[in-house]
Amino acid sequence: MSVIPKSLSRRDFLRNAAWGSAGLVIAMALPGRGRAAAMDTTAINSSVVSPEAAGFAPNAFVRIAPDNTVTVLIKHIEFGQGPFTGLSTLVAEELDADWSQMRAASAPADAELYKNFAFGMQGTGGSTAIANSYMQMRKAGATARALLVRAAAEQWGVPAGEITVDKGQISHAGSGNSGAFGEFAEAAAQFDPPEDLPLKKASEFKLIGTDVPKLDTNIKTNGQALFTQDLHHDDMLTVIVAHAPQFGATVKSVDASAAKATSGVVDVQQIPTGVAVYAQDTWSALQGRRALKVDWDTTNAETRSTREITEDYRHRAQKPGKNAASRGKPEQGREGLARTLTAEYTFPYLAHAPMETLDCVIHAEDGAVETWFGSQLQTGDQGTIAKILGLEPAQVTIHTMYAGGSFGRRAQPGSPFAAEAAHVAKAHGKSRPLKLVWTREDDIQGGWYRPLNVHRLSGGVDADGNIALWDQTIVGQSIFGGSAFAAMIKDGIDPSSVEGAEDLPYGIPNFRVSLHDGEAGVPILWWRSVGHTHTAYSTETFIDELLELADKDPVEGRLAMLGEHPRHAGVLKAVVELADGLEPAESGRARGVAVHKSFGSYVAQIVEVSQNEDLTPKVHKVWCAVDCGVAVNPNVIRAQMEGGIGFGLGAALYNEITLEEGGRVAQANFDRYRSLRIHEMPDVEVHIVKSDKDPTGVGEPGVPPIAPALANAWRRLTGDAVRDLPFVKIS
Amino acid sequence: MKITVNGSSHEIDAPEDMPLLWAIRDRLKLTGTKYGCGVAQCGACTVMVDGQPKRSCVTSLKFVTDAEITTIEGMDGDEFQAIQNAWRAIDVPQCGFCQSGQVMTATALLKEKPAPSDTDIDNALAGNICRCATYVRIRQAVRDAADKLEA
Repeated sequence: MSVIPKSLSRRDFLRNAAWGSAGLVIAMALPGRGRAAAMDTTAINSSVVSPEAAGFAPNAFVRIAPDNTVTVLIKHIEFGQGPFTGLSTLVAEELDADWSQMRAASAPADAELYKNFAFGMQGTGGSTAIANSYMQMRKAGATARALLVRAAAEQWGVPAGEITVDKGQISHAGSGNSGAFGEFAEAAAQFDPPEDLPLKKASEFKLIGTDVPKLDTNIKTNGQALFTQDLHHDDMLTVIVAHAPQFGATVKSVDASAAKATSGVVDVQQIPTGVAVYAQDTWSALQGRRALKVDWDTTNAETRSTREITEDYRHRAQKPGKNAASRGKPEQGREGLARTLTAEYTFPYLAHAPMETLDCVIHAEDGAVETWFGSQLQTGDQGTIAKILGLEPAQVTIHTMYAGGSFGRRAQPGSPFAAEAAHVAKAHGKSRPLKLVWTREDDIQGGWYRPLNVHRLSGGVDADGNIALWDQTIVGQSIFGGSAFAAMIKDGIDPSSVEGAEDLPYGIPNFRVSLHDGEAGVPILWWRSVGHTHTAYSTETFIDELLELADKDPVEGRLAMLGEHPRHAGVLKAVVELADGLEPAESGRARGVAVHKSFGSYVAQIVEVSQNEDLTPKVHKVWCAVDCGVAVNPNVIRAQMEGGIGFGLGAALYNEITLEEGGRVAQANFDRYRSLRIHEMPDVEVHIVKSDKDPTGVGEPGVPPIAPALANAWRRLTGDAVRDLPFVKIS
Repeated sequence: MKITVNGSSHEIDAPEDMPLLWAIRDRLKLTGTKYGCGVAQCGACTVMVDGQPKRSCVTSLKFVTDAEITTIEGMDGDEFQAIQNAWRAIDVPQCGFCQSGQVMTATALLKEKPAPSDTDIDNALAGNICRCATYVRIRQAVRDAADKLEA
């Protein structure tokens, strides 16, 4: 692994090279990478090839090399959801490239060139990668194609309109000329990009809608994919930080003498988040941290247990909070209703626990700092690092690495992890590469959890058997509150606390959703599908119970109330057809259904469950129907549904972070924070509803329906309505 | 301390209780083997020790000085090739971080049982966590690889 030279000023050449709104430049690229090597690793390790390494000013998104490889710079981090493949497909489609010539690499941190249109800055999240890039990347591909065609037309002296492009070959039938992209790359770079190029009609798509092989599969199958953890620079130290045992505690005093005497330990420094141990390798750093004697000041720490926090939230849920949505006369309550139901739900704190723990390689020198990590909100991370080290954001280079999962963990408003990395570098004070690594225990106990929530729902059925009342009160910590995203809060309502509840699709005449902001000193964060992680559960299980109360079928009853929401109804009908109804294939089993919209996509799932000998749920099969608009890569969509189901199922079955009396986190590793394992993974069958609407997200929407569908099946099987997650408590 | 990794002998200056994982990653710079948990819970660090899959994160160097250690970088053979091809054919990996360990364990299974049942597959791979939950495809790919080897 070589450190990429800083001899070129990235900003300067990108600025010089940025061409108009499409921001496209065609250029020679990737010197030193032989064709054979490139073919071996169809995706490029993002840290190895960056615009700097390309040597010649390529632009924002598309680079075409003399060897005919087309490299797409991807503004979204790749940690499993497929943007490297998906965004490259969009470019290749309009470019009429051959899939085998496509490559992908991470774009550098640059808020202007690489902003996410959903955020206004560079970042990945909210299942927006394909949705916000759909037109941008297609335009980038179409522009590149037009410039190549123009270059060919001039060289051959033929009208551009007579030229055709197919699978990376540019041809002119009349003259018999043809050539590959690489032959025209340099000439094409001389022209200004045309404006308002027409894009293909859906009927003309050749790659969009097909299962092109993922660009990063090969190197993720043979161990060659480089993650932050895998970087080794000359003279690099590994850094492990001793963090406080309670949230909000700080270092009172530290005795580092034994740590400093540990073999391999080079330095020990106090930083705002704890005490950093710098060592020659990971093992030495771990030994050094173990030898530290730290006294913690808990004056401002959260010392309540989750039991106490939950009691507080439950108490507050008894009265309505701030109004998030309402219609009809919900305040009349149970008046005039034939049958009523009230239910209280508790949702625990959840850790994301991505396979690769947080890590960052940082090399701070005078006037510049270079970093390599799984940055998910590059603009914020860049600014935070710059501020701590007294630099301008432009002096902070971020190489966005492949990351071993995130599920929200790496998207950090306020950039606390990037800040820790910057403080680690600042405190050491010497110019050498440092690799900050969190252990699994740091990860599980390190906070930034899915917030604990309590929901209270009251509902009722009128004399005609129709659901006539829905009154939901939510208590939970605001994710956006006090963060860089605080502007998202409208009229005191954090949308991420009520999403999926305030927009309940069912036509219920008297309806209210209200919110109390729960207070706790536990750092929280979005977790794959954010508010929908709890709202889908409470709404889809409560509606199921109300339908039962009304003697209605769970599917027909839902459909009857979805008149204004045809896409909800569409996936629900599709999943029922896929599973052939809600009757289980075998005795001793039951099925449940749930449907939920999140991040613009509609997903319905049916779960078939039985009971294990130890009385826990055994999930046999999940049927899933998804409507996410145009299916850019059906195979990736199916994979995201499968993965979302497994991720959501594992959490529903096993996951909770609990704070013991005094505020210490009880779980530390995968033994007590159980992950779903292969023998617990059901078979999954996915149907993608055909649509010509613009594509919407798939990274998160597979998650919300699985837990309520399981709960509905479980209630049918056992009579037990599970309202406190997880299903299986691990003592 | 001397260890043999991928057929080469290496002199490692390290305490004898240092886990093999850190010798492989930090000293030999073979990075296909991953750190995921450090307590033999997740399987990301799986390597072959005398042909058997082992958790390198809890295997002290002193126990493997006479062993033949193989990491994913040194793997070869029909089963390994069949597993890799099957993995690629249906795009098993998502984030990819656990996949070296999955591939190592799956290869060991096929060497032991060329025609594993689904229960065999689940039992063999139950120690390998994938937080992306690529399990449906892992199961399918192992079946596919076994079928290819049989043919």
